[in-house]
Amino acid sequence: MTMILGLYNYWVVIVLMMIGFYIIIAHGHLIKKIIGLNIFQTSVFIFYISVGKVEGATAPIWQEGIILYSNPLPHVLILTAIVVGIATTALGLALIIRIKEAYGVIDEDEIQAMDNQAMVNQDKEHQ
Amino acid sequence: MLVHLPILQVIVPLIAAPACLILRRPKLVWLFALFASSLAFIISILLLQQVMTAGTISYELGGWSPPWGIEYRIDKLNAFIALIISGISTVVLLAAQTSIEKEIPKDKQPLFYILYLLSLSGMLGIVTTGDAFNVFVFLEISSLSAYSLIALGKDRRALWASFQYLIMGTIGATFILIGIGLMYQMTGTLNMADLAVRLPEVAETRTITTAYVFFIVGVCLKLALFPLHFWLPNAYAYAPSIVTAFFAATSTKVAAYLLIRFTFSIFGISFSFTTLPIETMFLVMGLLGIFIASTVAIYQDNIKHVFAYSSVAQVGYMIVGFSLSTPAGLTAMLLHMFNHALMKGALFMALVAIMYRVGSSKINDLQGLGRQMPLTVAAIVVGGLSLIGVPLTVGFVSKWYLVVAAIEKGWWWLAGLVLLGSLLAVIYVWRIVETAYFKAPILGQQPVKEAPMAILVPVWLLVSANVYFGIDTRFSVEIAASAAKSLFGVAQ
Repeated sequence: MTMILGLYNYWVVIVLMMIGFYIIIAHGHLIKKIIGLNIFQTSVFIFYISVGKVEGATAPIWQEGIILYSNPLPHVLILTAIVVGIATTALGLALIIRIKEAYGVIDEDEIQAMDNQAMVNQDKEHQ
Repeated sequence: MLVHLPILQVIVPLIAAPACLILRRPKLVWLFALFASSLAFIISILLLQQVMTAGTISYELGGWSPPWGIEYRIDKLNAFIALIISGISTVVLLAAQTSIEKEIPKDKQPLFYILYLLSLSGMLGIVTTGDAFNVFVFLEISSLSAYSLIALGKDRRALWASFQYLIMGTIGATFILIGIGLMYQMTGTLNMADLAVRLPEVAETRTITTAYVFFIVGVCLKLALFPLHFWLPNAYAYAPSIVTAFFAATSTKVAAYLLIRFTFSIFGISFSFTTLPIETMFLVMGLLGIFIASTVAIYQDNIKHVFAYSSVAQVGYMIVGFSLSTPAGLTAMLLHMFNHALMKGALFMALVAIMYRVGSSKINDLQGLGRQMPLTVAAIVVGGLSLIGVPLTVGFVSKWYLVVAAIEKGWWWLAGLVLLGSLLAVIYVWRIVETAYFKAPILGQQPVKEAPMAILVPVWLLVSANVYFGIDTRFSVEIAASAAKSLFGVAQ
């Protein structure tokens, strides 16, 4: 039981991570891929933050009479990682807009098919 | 001033990037970017000199002493890599303005330089920092700007290549983040030197093994180690030519550096090579990479694809050197990182010239080009010879050291396989040379002129470096060997 309840934060992290990872791999829709990537990254954020928790400790704000604080460093690190995550998402979405303009579709398989078709056409031109 | 060199190495291009916005005019921005990159190059030369004479430099960011503050730590290994990156970046930038005039719309040109400088400072940051989390931050700075740079390509496939790279790169970086998080959880520190001290106490735990595995997989994604390479060929082929020249010569080196730094300096040799069958794994993947990627390269129609697959194969050589787990093997790997930067820099810069005049990098469009652009095609020939490993070029030097390291370990068969891999390079280089020299120009096609000086000069700078460091190996071998020895903790 302690394996499941005592370490429940890790279970949450692993489940979220696998959901995100699965979406990235299994879905062809580009926006869904970005959402999957977000879930995947968020699971790592939760991992960092939950690791910083010290049992029986309060939030790391100085107060009279309190000696045990949670570790604030992981929070700080993850603030940076969240910013990076947002930048990645923004760039990914911007790329999707450009892909939609250039290809007219935002599905992995269709884009791949159009690229392959372009290759075949070029080969024909040369012959 | 000299005391602050380690941070200036990163800060100069980082501050120069947004400053480009003020200048606006593409030509001015180009000169400014060139100036910033040259400055970074000079700083890296000074740093390397300091390290070679006075030993490791430790710089406390903001005066906070490590392990609490962020430390920048320069030793022979990262001074060497920083020199490669800033040097290549400067030479590539020389040709940038001429090349992007034809490949990037005018209003986007200043933005190109901003992204370029950001990517440069990200790579230099990864190399100089002594803090594990800082590595992740700089990794993302360099990667995000890399995705945008690739998406600047004219072909619409550049967008798709960039998106694929974004997905794979982010997964890789997140894996690295997990690895660092697990290490922090077990040791309570992020400072690399401090981690190296504290990790052995907890090395027996499964958490640390997991941390190492996550880290290695993440780095191998960035390194484009076979079979995690599939984002690389299209990214290199459809990005603007000048971007490809820069990344092909530098970005995989940065990932290789991370692999060496974490394996040797942080986790330690005894941990890295005993908990996992890492030697066998890397040996197999490296060799598969050499043979499969080289074979695929033979069948490509686009020269950029040929050289991109060749890059995957060359990463294979580096990893084979790594997998020997001897100082000689590591020396061969470091040498090959330096030499590969020179040869791929020269080859992709020659392609910049071809793209400028011909506007295509298809092998068939090269017919008869040997007469029309003699200097450019000659550069491809010398670069190609270097790629094969012909004596008097840098390619020979690194192959030589790799073969010697394999024999020293008693692995004669490996020495044979390395030489066999070079034969595959002969085939794909020959296809290009044959088309350029021995096929008549396509009928009705306008003959083209030789590339402008602005591109030829950097091309031949890199080509002469290929020959120079192939003959006078004192500089590269001495640094690589002493860096490898100090990583193995061998007394010098």
